Amino acid sequence: MTTTSAPVLSLKGVGKRFGAVQALADVDFDVRPGEVVALVGDNGAGKSTLVKIMSGVYQPDEGEIVFDGSPVSIPGPKAAQQLGIATVFQDLALADNLDVVANLYLGQELTSAGTLDEVEMEKNSWALLRQLSAKIPSVRIPIASLSGGQRQTVAIARSLVGNPKVVMLDEPTAALGVAQTAEVLNLVERLRENGLGVVLITHNMADVQAVADRIYVLRLGRNGAEFGIDDVTTDKLVAAITGASDNAVSQRASRTAPKGAEA
Amino acid sequence: MSFADKTDERLVEDSSPKAMLEGFVRRMKSGDLGMVPVIVGLLIIWVVFYSQNERFLSSRNLVELLLSSSAIGMISVGVIMVLLLGEIDLSVGSVSGMSGAIMAVLVVYHDWSVLPAIGVALLAGLAIGVVYGLLYTRFGVPSFVITLAGLLAFLGLQLVVLGDNGTVNLPGDSWLIDFANFKFLSPLASYVLAVLAGLAYFGGRVLTIRKRRAANLSAPSVLSVAIRAALMVAGLAYVAYYLNLDRGIGYMPLLWILVIVFMDQVIRKTRFGRHVFAVGGNEEASRRSGIRVDRVYVAVFALCTMFAAFGGVLAAARLQSVAQSSGGGDTNLMAIAAAVIGGVSLFGGRGSMYAALFGMLVLQSITSGLNLIGVDAEVRYMVTGGVLLLAVTIDSLSRRARRSSGRG
Ligand SMILES: Nc1ncnc2c1ncn2[C@@H]1O[C@H](COP(=O)(O)OP(=O)(O)O)[C@@H](O)[C@H]1O
Ligand SMILES: [Mg+2]
Repeated sequence: MTTTSAPVLSLKGVGKRFGAVQALADVDFDVRPGEVVALVGDNGAGKSTLVKIMSGVYQPDEGEIVFDGSPVSIPGPKAAQQLGIATVFQDLALADNLDVVANLYLGQELTSAGTLDEVEMEKNSWALLRQLSAKIPSVRIPIASLSGGQRQTVAIARSLVGNPKVVMLDEPTAALGVAQTAEVLNLVERLRENGLGVVLITHNMADVQAVADRIYVLRLGRNGAEFGIDDVTTDKLVAAITGASDNAVSQRASRTAPKGAEA
Repeated sequence: MSFADKTDERLVEDSSPKAMLEGFVRRMKSGDLGMVPVIVGLLIIWVVFYSQNERFLSSRNLVELLLSSSAIGMISVGVIMVLLLGEIDLSVGSVSGMSGAIMAVLVVYHDWSVLPAIGVALLAGLAIGVVYGLLYTRFGVPSFVITLAGLLAFLGLQLVVLGDNGTVNLPGDSWLIDFANFKFLSPLASYVLAVLAGLAYFGGRVLTIRKRRAANLSAPSVLSVAIRAALMVAGLAYVAYYLNLDRGIGYMPLLWILVIVFMDQVIRKTRFGRHVFAVGGNEEASRRSGIRVDRVYVAVFALCTMFAAFGGVLAAARLQSVAQSSGGGDTNLMAIAAAVIGGVSLFGGRGSMYAALFGMLVLQSITSGLNLIGVDAEVRYMVTGGVLLLAVTIDSLSRRARRSSGRG
C-alpha cells in the first residue's frame, strides 16, 4: 500500500442536492496513485452521484475538488478527461455500431493532416490491449459482436487512452460471469501496477476483498466509515453499510466470532 | 510473418477467395447488408425495363437519367447526414423550393449576378438548419415535428418570396442554365478523369498499406489493390464511353457525384464524421466521452438544409425557372426515399454516402422506365411507394438480424 504518497484526487465537504433529495452531504474522499479504493454503499447511497461529480457529469453544490494538489472545477466530461480523470460508467458506455478502435478513441481520435489516423490508432489499440493482457480477437469488429466481459474490457481500456491518473469504475463486474469477473479484476490489478489511482464501485464484497486497498462506505449520502483492507471484516462492512449491527449477516458472524460485531 | 492484429487464434478469417466469399455470406446473414440490396435492386429494375423497351438503357436515356437525378440527389446527400444521427428532416423539399426562389428573385428582380445569389440561397438554407438544431438541442423538440413545421412555414415563405407572379424565369443566357443542361465533359476529359480516379484510389491505398506495414499491421497486397484500381478505371472508362456515345457526362451530375465522393470522405475519414456515427449509434456514450453532441446536431441539421438549398438551386437551373410548385410534390419524399433505399438506416448510425447515388438512380430509373413504357404518374407513385416500403422493411429486418447475431 502506498498510503504515504499525496492524494492525486481528493474531495472535501462535497454536497449535492436533487430537488428535495440531498444525495450527498459533506463527503470527503481521497485516492492516491497506485491504490485501489473501493466505494461501497447501499442502493441510493450516492455512489454513482459521487462518481459523476468527479467525472464532470454533475456539478457539486458545495465543497472542493483538489486534483494533483490544486483546487479544480470539472465543468464537463471533457474537462475531466483533460485533467486525467477517466470513468468507466455503469451503462451506456460504448457505441455498438462502431468497431473496437473507434470506441477506444471515441472523443479523442488521433488525426494526421486533418483526417483520422486509423493506422496509428489501431497500432496503439493493440499495444494497449496487450498491456492489459486483454483477449479481443480483432479490433476491427463492431462492439456489438463482443461478449459482456470483452465489452467491459474495451470500456476499461478506453479509459486509459488519454493516459489518465485516476480511473473510476462504476460496478464493472455487475453483469459478468465468474471467469469474466476474474478477467476484469485482473485488469484492475494492472491499473494499480501502472501507478494509477483506481476508484472501484461495487456491490460485491468478494471483489472488494480481492483487489481493494482501502474501503470507503457511503451511507445515505454521507461518509459512513473508512477501512484499510487489513482491518476489515465482512460483518464490519455490512454493519457500516446498513448502519446497524443487528442484521442477519452480523448475527451469524457474531455467533461464529463474537468479537466481530462491535464496529 | 505475424502481424499485431492477426495473433488471436480465434480469428476465423483468411484471404483466399473462398474464405472471402464465406465472410461475405456470413455478413449478409447477420444483417450487415450495406449497399448490396440497392445495387441488386437497380440491376433488376434495369433488366426489367430493358426487356420492356430497349431504349431504356440507351446512352441518350442514361445521360438524361443522370441529368434529372442530380438536383434531388443533392438534397439526399444532406438527408443522409440527418438519418445517420437517427433524426429526420421532412422540410428539405420546401427549403429547396424556397432557396431556389430566393436565388431566382435576386437574379431576376434585383439584378444580382448568379454566384452571390446562390451564396445567399445557401446561407438561407444553412440558417434554417441552425435554427432546427438549436430548437432540437435546447428544447428537445423532436426533429419530426420541427421539420414538419418547417415544411409548411417555408412553403409559405416561398410563395411570399416569389410574389404575385408566382413563376420566375431565369434569364435564358445565364451560365447556370448552361451548366445544368448543356455542359458536358469532352470525351478526352472524361477518360482522363477515370484514370485520375483510379490513380487517386491506388495512391491512397498504397500509402495506407505502407503505413500499416510500418506499424506491423496486416495489409492487403499492392497487387490486389492495383487490380482493383485497374478494374475501377476500366469500369469508369466504359461508363464514360457509353455516355459519350450520346452527349456524355453532364457538368451537373459530375458535380453531384464529386460532392458525394467528398462527403463520403468527410463522414468516414474525419473526426466530425466519426462523431456523427457515434452520436447516431449511442448519443449518451458520445456525450460522456467528451463529444460535443449538441454541436454535432446543429452542424448536421445545418448541412442538411444547406444541401437542400443547393438541390433547390440545381433544380431551378435545370428547369430554368422557379414556380410556386418548386420543391413541392414528391421532392421531399424522393430525397428521403433515395437515402433509405440506398441502405441508410432510419435507426441511425449506419449508412453510406453512396446511398444518395444508387438510391436516386433507382428512383429515377423507375420514373424514366415507366415513362418510356407509357405509364402515368399514379402508377409511378404506387411503385415508388412500394419500393420505399420494401427498403424500410429490409432495414428493419436487417436490424433484427444484427440484434440476434449480436452485431447491435
Ligand atoms: N439525476 C437525479 N435526479 C434526481 N435524483 C437523483 C438523480 N441522481 C441520483 N438521484 C438520487 O440521489 C440518490 C443517490 O443516487 P445514486 O448516486 O445513483 O446512488 P447509488 O449509485 O449509490 O445507488 C438517490 O436517492 C437517487 O434517487
Ligand atoms: Mg449506481
